[in-house]
Amino acid sequence: MSLISWGMYPRIKNRVHKLTDEYSLKETLKNNDELIAFGNGRSYGDSAINENIVYTRPYNYFLDFDENSGILHCRAGVLLSEILDSYVSRSWFLKVTPGTKLITVGGAIASDIHGKNHHIEGCFSECVQEFTIMIADGEIKTAKKGDELFLATCGGMGLTGVILTAKIALKKINSQFIRQTTIKTKNLQETFAAFEEYKHLSYSVAWIDCLAKDENLGKCLLMVGDFADDGDLKYKAKSKLNIPFNFPSFALNNWSVKAFNWLYYWKSPEGVSKQKVHFDSFFYPLDSIRNWNRIYGKNGFTQYQFILPKESSFDGLEHILQKISQSGKGSFLAVLKLYGKGNENYLSFPIEGYSLALDFKIEDGLFELLDQLDEIVVEYGGRIYLTKDVRVSQETFEKGYSKIETFKKYRKDNNMSEKFNSLQSKRLGL
Amino acid sequence: MSYILIVGAKSDIAKEVARVYAQNGYDLYLAARNSKELEDFANDLKVRSNNQVELLELDITAFNTHETFYNSLKERPLGVVVVSGYMNEQHLVEKDWNESLNTINVNYTGAVSLLNIVANDFENERNGFIVGVSSVAGDRGRKANYIYGSAKAAFSTYLSGLRNRLYESSVHVLTVKPGFVATKMTENLDLPEKLTAQSIDVAEDIFKAQQAGKNILYTKWIWQYVMLIIKHIPEFIFKKMSI
Repeated sequence: MSLISWGMYPRIKNRVHKLTDEYSLKETLKNNDELIAFGNGRSYGDSAINENIVYTRPYNYFLDFDENSGILHCRAGVLLSEILDSYVSRSWFLKVTPGTKLITVGGAIASDIHGKNHHIEGCFSECVQEFTIMIADGEIKTAKKGDELFLATCGGMGLTGVILTAKIALKKINSQFIRQTTIKTKNLQETFAAFEEYKHLSYSVAWIDCLAKDENLGKCLLMVGDFADDGDLKYKAKSKLNIPFNFPSFALNNWSVKAFNWLYYWKSPEGVSKQKVHFDSFFYPLDSIRNWNRIYGKNGFTQYQFILPKESSFDGLEHILQKISQSGKGSFLAVLKLYGKGNENYLSFPIEGYSLALDFKIEDGLFELLDQLDEIVVEYGGRIYLTKDVRVSQETFEKGYSKIETFKKYRKDNNMSEKFNSLQSKRLGL
Repeated sequence: MSYILIVGAKSDIAKEVARVYAQNGYDLYLAARNSKELEDFANDLKVRSNNQVELLELDITAFNTHETFYNSLKERPLGVVVVSGYMNEQHLVEKDWNESLNTINVNYTGAVSLLNIVANDFENERNGFIVGVSSVAGDRGRKANYIYGSAKAAFSTYLSGLRNRLYESSVHVLTVKPGFVATKMTENLDLPEKLTAQSIDVAEDIFKAQQAGKNILYTKWIWQYVMLIIKHIPEFIFKKMSI
């Protein structure tokens, strides 16, 4: 069995070491020169791929839950969806969740993931009280907020060790439904204005039609909302629709993307409208389709996600959207989001500003286009999200992350740079 | 009365079955040898579900302990799921009588010993359900695992008879025939990906089939058709094959 990431690219042969207990993990560390932890395989690129993989998903026991404080103590292989399955009906929800619930707690920490409420709650590390991690020499360390190990590990892409357990804080909710407001805008200016107008609400995200041109450039559907208060918590996870095989790679082309974007945009009423939607469809619209990545065909796909500082966001985004619409390379999903302040972690992605995420199927000419986009991102002072990345150059990457030297030094001083590596960390000289 | 008794609770499939039942609000008796090893798992279930979980010591091959075991349950279970199974490599099993006997006892004789007691009780009470996890290996003997397969064949036949007998008492019996499942038992085998199920999917299938009152469940579903073909290959051809 070889493991691949969500983008199904690259594919390499690897040896999979299942994480079942601490003792055998220690042996695995001793017997292998180099390895990387892998959770549920939802990062897009090569950040959890190497020849030796510690597969942490089987290490998934819940350890304790305090009904008063909402602190959950669990092992790192637990999926966020398992937490929801257990606790939504008891009125608890994740403080921070990304656009899929099918990731492990360990992965959430290593990517320091963020969600639609980043402007209010920050990254996942905000709700992490402490975690334990096995470092290069096989010792298990506990990292608390403020520790160097905490700062390096949250967002550290698994490059500091194998996360074993974590204590995370959940938040109280009083409904499984979200009161959603949808705002349809006509251009980038309106889109930015709408984000500012609604930023007091907990959750916000915009879907952008990135094939729109000229005066329509940057038109979007902005969805904002917060949990309802109707006391309905009778949650039961639904069964999933499966895409059983890879679509032929011609299925996604400029025309089908245009048609999809057109339908998606026009089905929504003009101006401002209100809906009540289930949290599953609000936060995790794609999780209901198992293996949706297969839509992109067997060559795989990648997500290009970057963030620009707030002051240069408008110009930068305009520039990039122009470039993409000229290229004619469609992206099914183009997600725009306003972020709050960044944190102190060495490699966490978010900074205050706007981020855009675009899915592209891997085909000739794509990486050249992305290289051009990189130049614009760098020019406007932005950075690339490692969890999605499979191809960025060391130079572009380093320009975006100011604490990169601190991270590298920490890894070196603690003998981590030899032991924990992914294809990505080697490409980026981490 | 909301306990489900899971027999052979240390197996990967059993653990997932336990999780699915716990998630759906059932309390659990987890019975296995060296059940102490299940303490962390039992704690996991309690933290996830807020239900009762009890660990019980049971050796499925210690036939004369079964009566006492069943009678000492503090509450009659609502249903019993027998997942206990044992499969070693065929070439070892066929050369070692103790291996053969153990294969037969864990997969068949032990289950009969325990389920006889359960069936009598459920029949009396006119209430309860029984799930037996057999195997597609019992559908036709193959040189690759026919000792394991024949024990499972006997178990399938037993369950079919039990279903017939208990029908009148409204006690339902489900026979589960998993194909390849990625578990500890099959870790070292090179299984075809498309035909191999994950334990969690098998567990969900079992729960749904039991709740729906299904009689025989192949999981993955495709195995019903794979086995249909395999069962219909004429013996004079089949005996020459290596599948």
